[in-house]
Amino acid sequence: MSGTRLVFALFWLSTAAAATPPDAVRQQELVRLVRQDCGSCHGMTLQGGLGPALLPADLRDKSRDGLKAAIYEGRPGTPMPPWKQFMSEAEAAWIVDQLKSEFPR
Amino acid sequence: MKTLRALTLILAAALLAACGSTPLRGTGDLGLVIERASGHVTLVDTTARQAYARIGGLGDLSHASAVYSRDGRYAFVFGRDGGLTKIDLLEARIVKRVMQSGNAIGGSISQDGRIVVAQNYTPGGIKAFDAETLELLAEVPAEYAPGKFSKVVGLADAPGNKFAYALFDGGEIRVTDFSNPRQPTTQRFPAGNQPYDGLVTPDGRYFLAGLFGEDGVALLDLWQPEKGARKILENYGRGQEKLPVFKMPHLRGWSVAQGKAYLPAIGRHEVLVVDVATWKEVGRIPVRGQPVFVMARPDGHQVWVNFAFPDNGKMDVIDTLAGKVVHAFEPGKGILHMEFAPRGETVWLSARDDNKVLIYDTQRFTKLGEIAADNPSGIFFTARAARIGF
Ligand code: HEC
Repeated sequence: MSGTRLVFALFWLSTAAAATPPDAVRQQELVRLVRQDCGSCHGMTLQGGLGPALLPADLRDKSRDGLKAAIYEGRPGTPMPPWKQFMSEAEAAWIVDQLKSEFPR
Repeated sequence: MKTLRALTLILAAALLAACGSTPLRGTGDLGLVIERASGHVTLVDTTARQAYARIGGLGDLSHASAVYSRDGRYAFVFGRDGGLTKIDLLEARIVKRVMQSGNAIGGSISQDGRIVVAQNYTPGGIKAFDAETLELLAEVPAEYAPGKFSKVVGLADAPGNKFAYALFDGGEIRVTDFSNPRQPTTQRFPAGNQPYDGLVTPDGRYFLAGLFGEDGVALLDLWQPEKGARKILENYGRGQEKLPVFKMPHLRGWSVAQGKAYLPAIGRHEVLVVDVATWKEVGRIPVRGQPVFVMARPDGHQVWVNFAFPDNGKMDVIDTLAGKVVHAFEPGKGILHMEFAPRGETVWLSARDDNKVLIYDTQRFTKLGEIAADNPSGIFFTARAARIGF
C-alpha cells in the first residue's frame, strides 16, 4: 500500500521490541512527534490546549507510571488516545522523563 | 510574466517599507500562510501564485487561525498563546498586537466587521475587541456551573452581530448577541457530551456542534432558537468500538455543498453526508483515515479531505455527484490544512514536514507550484472576509 504505512510498520517493528531507552535518532523522532502531533492538543510549547499543559510544573506531583500509562494506553472517555501503536513502553517512559525535566526543542 | 508580477509585488512591498506610500491594489486575491513553529506568517498572492512578504514576531502559532476585515485588507491572527495580531496585507506589516488571554483557539468577526471575538481555553470564555483598535469591549466567561469554566470551541459569526459557539467541558451551545458590543447577552442550550468544534451554515441559519463524547452532531436553528438544540446523526457508530482519534477534526461552513453537509465521523474513517433540508443522514463515504478538514470546493462539485496522524500525508477527493472518492493521492508529509482559491480553480495545501505550501489544479489534480514556508499550517485567503460563519 502507501509508503507511509510501510514506514510506520517498519517503525513499529524497530521500536516495539526495544525495552531499552531510545537511541539518539529515535529520540529526535519522539521529540518531533511530541511537539508536532501531541502539540495539536497540548500545544507545540506544551502549555495546553484541548489537552492539559504538560510542563514540568504541571506534572511535578504526578506519578511517572500514571503519566506513562496515559501516553501508552490513552485515557478512555477523554480525547487522549493510546499511542502504543507508535512507541514502546520504554519510549513512553522516556517521554515522561523529558516532560518532567525540560522537554527538548 | 508570472515571475515579473511577483517581482513587481516584492518591489512594491520594499518601496512601501521605504517610503510608506500606497500603490493602488485590491486585496481579493491575497492571503496568508501560518508558519506555526517560527511565529511568522507568509503573505501570498493567489493570482501570481507566489509569496510576496513575510512577517515575524507573532508568538506561538500552533493551531493559529485568521479572519479578515470586510475590505480584505486586515487579517486578525489568533495565536495559541493568546496573542491577537492585526496585520495589514497591503503594507505587509503588523498594525497592532495584544495578548488577550493565556490560551486561545481561534476567533471570528462580526457581520458588520466592527467586532473581533476570540475564543479561549484558559480562562475559558470569549472576548470581544474593537476591530479598529483591538480595545477590549466585553468578556463573556464560559461558566457552566458555579466556579467551573469550560474551554470554548467552534466560535462562528451569525447574522445580527451574534456569535455561536460550544463549551467542550460544559456540553452547551451558546449564542452571544453583541448588538450592544459592551453589553452582550447570551443564550444557553444543552448540546450533548464534549462538543469539539462547530460551524454556522453558509446561509447563517444553523449552528452545528460536532460531539466527541457521543455519536452525533448537535443542531441549533438560529432563526428559531427557542426550539432548542437537537441531535442529528445520532448513533452513527451504532455502538461499534471507535478507532483512536490522534487529532480532532475541524468544522467550518465549507463542508456544506449542493444542499448537503459533509461531516467528519469521529473514530471512524468515514465522511458522513446529511441532507441540509431534512438533516437526515443520506450517505457515508469511506476514506483513508480519520478526517480532519472536510472542505467543499466553492462550486460544491468536490469535497477535499485530509487526515489525522498517522495518515496526514494523504488527501482524498470526493466527487459530490458520484458520492465517492474519485482521486486519492499523497501530496506531501504532514498535510495540515487546505484553502481553495476564491472560485476554486486551485487548492493550496500546507505540507508541514516538507516546509512547503503546494498548489494544485483542482480539475486535473496536477501540481502547479509550491511556496517555501517554515512548518506551514493554516492557509487563509481574503475571500473569507465576505462569508457568513467566519
Ligand atoms: C486528540 C487530542 C490529544 C492528543 C493528540 C494527545 N493528547 Fe495527551 N491528553 C489529551 C487530553 C484531553 C488529556 C486529559 C485527559 C484527562 O482528562 O484525564 C490528555 C492527557 C495527557 C497526559 C496526562 C496529563 C496529566 O496531567 O495527567 C499526558 C502525559 C499526555 N496527555 C501526553 C500526551 C503525549 C505525549 C501525546 C503525544 C504522543 C499526547 N498526549 C497527545 C489529549 C490529547
